[in-house]
Amino acid sequence: MDEEVLLLGSWGSPFSRRVEMALKLKGIEYRYIEEDLTNKSPSLLKYNPVHKKVPVLVHNGKPVVESLVILEYIDETWKDHPILPKDPYERAHARFWAKFIDEKSSIAGFKACCWGEEKEREKAKEEAFEKLQFLENELKEKRFFGGENIGLVDITGNIIGYWLGVFEEASGVKLLTREKFPKLCNWADEFVSASAIKENLPPRDKLLATLRRRLGGANASK
Amino acid sequence: MADEVVLLDFWASMFGMRVRIALAEKGIKYEYKEQDVFNKGPQLLQTNPVHKKVPVLIHNGKPVCESLIIVQYIDEVWKDKSPLLPSDPYQRAHAKFWADFVDKKVYEVSKRVWTSTKGEEREAAKKDYFEIFKILEGELGDKPYFGGETFGFVDLSLIPFYSWFYAIETFGEFNLEAECPKIIAWAKRCLHKEIVAKTLQDEKKVYEFVGQLRKMRGLE
Repeated sequence: MDEEVLLLGSWGSPFSRRVEMALKLKGIEYRYIEEDLTNKSPSLLKYNPVHKKVPVLVHNGKPVVESLVILEYIDETWKDHPILPKDPYERAHARFWAKFIDEKSSIAGFKACCWGEEKEREKAKEEAFEKLQFLENELKEKRFFGGENIGLVDITGNIIGYWLGVFEEASGVKLLTREKFPKLCNWADEFVSASAIKENLPPRDKLLATLRRRLGGANASK
Repeated sequence: MADEVVLLDFWASMFGMRVRIALAEKGIKYEYKEQDVFNKGPQLLQTNPVHKKVPVLIHNGKPVCESLIIVQYIDEVWKDKSPLLPSDPYQRAHAKFWADFVDKKVYEVSKRVWTSTKGEEREAAKKDYFEIFKILEGELGDKPYFGGETFGFVDLSLIPFYSWFYAIETFGEFNLEAECPKIIAWAKRCLHKEIVAKTLQDEKKVYEFVGQLRKMRGLE
């Protein structure tokens, strides 16, 4: 049977890159379409009418949306190199931490650390530290959240493993320090060096320039 | 070996109701432990240190948190009876998408309505509330259930909110049936299912509870 796998994505989006990481890990061939998010294509609007966002995976003409839903779909459809454990309890555990990262770590959350009144910025930083501490504790002595191999939580954590560092450079705000979070920093180093991952990271200088531009407006208004 | 299943929950929690429905569907015997959500006990804080919220399912001493994750766990462990999710990966993804939509949109917009003050704030919240439910009506279409011919994962994730409709309509001063008749028809259909009818809480009791919450926020 001819498999047609299409991915509508955006070069700088961690959500979009998560899907590419999973596809690459599993050796799945796919066609990639870069979406201009300022001028959304008719395809994007057709495949994701509810949220109108990337990523969208289209498998044999049928769309799947929301990065975590897509990751699970990929894992259930292509069984090589599983990204979720087999045991139901461990699966629930992985889903919990993926959801935690997805909901509690966001560019918006990081941005709150550089915008607004000093009191609010400090509060946002405290919240960010609390969230990172949960992840530091969860990692324990494991190489990856998934154990010896990269799994769902690691892929979902791309936003912390890579995007956060670039954001820190663009904003001058340091959150993920080696003193506070040694395990998480080691994990981030391992993560970005892993072959299926490093090929799927947006170019750092391009991402840095984009984030600087986006933050520039905010800094100017302070 | 006998399974030990404990559920830490709060009677009015729509998230807790999802888990109660799932456990009943599978015929699982469990110990229900009502939590005081205003004065959280040590067991809740120990089993869900990250979010400190109900529901928490404790299976043979191991806690699982987050209602939709718990429901999927239940489906995977007790897999020989009454599947809660479809077996086809595409249909599963579709169900997970809509359950996720309910999670991300319905709770927040409902809260905005019952915590709003009269006037612009309330009107804006109501407008968004109707919009979310109209999107859900669109997804339901002419199907009897979101799951198709039978009650499924998306139905389970949304139906507990029905217990809160009366409270939200009364505080928001509107009639949901007038705006979204298909949703009310769907809800009434779900209520024909004994498990759902037994699990959903009395709407007047929920209304009183929401009244208390509003008082606590200085809204009454």
